[in-house]
Amino acid sequence: MKSLKKWKWTNLYLIFVFIMLYVPIAYLIFYSFSAGDTMSNFHGFTWTHYQELFADTRMIQIVVDTLMLALLASLIATIVGTLGALAISRTSRPVVKNSILSLNNILMVSPDVIIGASFLIFFTALHIPLGFLSVLLSHIAFSIPIVVLMVLPRLQEMSNTMLDAARDLGSTNLQVLTRVIMPFITPGILSGFFMAFTYSLDDFAVTFFVTGNGFETLSVEIYARARQGISLEINALSGVMFLFSLVLVVGYYFIQRGTKSHKAKLKAKGAVTNEATH
Amino acid sequence: MKKTTNMAFYVPYILWILLFVIAPMLLIVYQSFFNIEGQFTFSNYATYFHSSTYIMMTINSVWYAFLITALTLVISYPAAYLLHYAKHKELWLLLIILPTWINLLLKAYAFIGIFSQDGGINTFLQMMGLGTHQFLFTDFSFIFVASYIEIPFMILPIFNGIEELNEGLVNASRDLGAKWWQTFTRVILPLTMSGVKSGVQAVFIPSLSLFMLTRLIGGNRVITLGTAIEEHFLTTMNWGMGSTIGVILIIAMVVIMFLTGERKKKGGRRA
Repeated sequence: MKSLKKWKWTNLYLIFVFIMLYVPIAYLIFYSFSAGDTMSNFHGFTWTHYQELFADTRMIQIVVDTLMLALLASLIATIVGTLGALAISRTSRPVVKNSILSLNNILMVSPDVIIGASFLIFFTALHIPLGFLSVLLSHIAFSIPIVVLMVLPRLQEMSNTMLDAARDLGSTNLQVLTRVIMPFITPGILSGFFMAFTYSLDDFAVTFFVTGNGFETLSVEIYARARQGISLEINALSGVMFLFSLVLVVGYYFIQRGTKSHKAKLKAKGAVTNEATH
Repeated sequence: MKKTTNMAFYVPYILWILLFVIAPMLLIVYQSFFNIEGQFTFSNYATYFHSSTYIMMTINSVWYAFLITALTLVISYPAAYLLHYAKHKELWLLLIILPTWINLLLKAYAFIGIFSQDGGINTFLQMMGLGTHQFLFTDFSFIFVASYIEIPFMILPIFNGIEELNEGLVNASRDLGAKWWQTFTRVILPLTMSGVKSGVQAVFIPSLSLFMLTRLIGGNRVITLGTAIEEHFLTTMNWGMGSTIGVILIIAMVVIMFLTGERKKKGGRRA
């Protein structure tokens, strides 16, 4: 074991990194309670900016739109992604399987601007109007691969003996799917849905490219306002969103807990966050 | 029966691959051969390779991405290493992950406040008697904020790499008389290299394209490949040139992925 002194040192560095990560967020939320109108010189405590935020019907509308979009996009992405994972797991030739997986991962590693720009060309070529539909299609598209990556490991963990047993006992293919496979991969599907949801909520760059003028999401709105300068209403919004993120993280933690082994859990978290804001 | 259900699984997913993975990539390459008037031409590439502005911008962008990656790596490796040995590492890990769930633009916006003329940093410097400095809209602030945003994405893959390390090998190396840095450079580092590579990949590629940060924090002083693409697509409407730079960015991405290789061996580890 480590000596007491060393143990302290390690914690000191971690605490330093931890402070680095949280200071900007704390700063943001701290000034949401300031009576002034810039992020300097705290002018005394007030709830004004939160009242402003909740009275801002345009902002509320955008929040509702963003949440609806995220729900719809992640729901559809989860269905298509799960079917995709089932398809991949049924593919027996390794060459085909690997090429499909590589294609699957293209959208995960591509920079957002490339996805945004290429989708913009794509929608324009097909004469799809820029607005809600184009944003929805894009969000579905870039969320599908993460769903596949969340569901596929569960499918691969599933032992064939279970399927054989079900078939020997006279199940039809459909019954095998709904009674055996689906319950087993449900945790993966839930994680996938959850990830797709946060991808959609967090996305800025792709939406910015394909949205045109008609439809706005929260990220696009924050960008537009931040370019105009500081408004403490945005700080208040950060406070609300931080609470919301906390709820999401705790929610995700409980989805993960108990459904996976300790190690798999850590890995999944890695996978989760690796792409979360990209 | 089996055949038809199989088809039902494949169709939506294959359609997605064709329409949203293959078609857009082909379209961006196709578009790069057209000028602003819509005529087929190689002139975009000619302009790109003959213009010192474009070449310098690309070199700059790669250089910034390199600096951001190096800075995050230097901060993240020790953090990931210590995290592995820390008590309550589950909790620590969760705390490192949490900031990534905050909207990227809000984090950038926070730095507009912190770096501004009378913001947190300058107030602090003044208290120390060091006077105020211009932070916002400098190269420094861009690199700092980008590194801040990318740190968790570097810590996690490295942490996963270290978790997979067989503790027995470290002990064996110590028992055989290796000094701590020998153990580190000969055993720990090579065995955690795959984590480092995934981390570099996860940070370098996005760093080439963070156009919103260059706009908000870099104040148009810093121009990355991403900024140039955004400019050409959404401001000057020269999609051909934008696509050409896009193709360059895709090539840069493929090179990085090739250099940091072997990424898909452990499916799902790095999403």
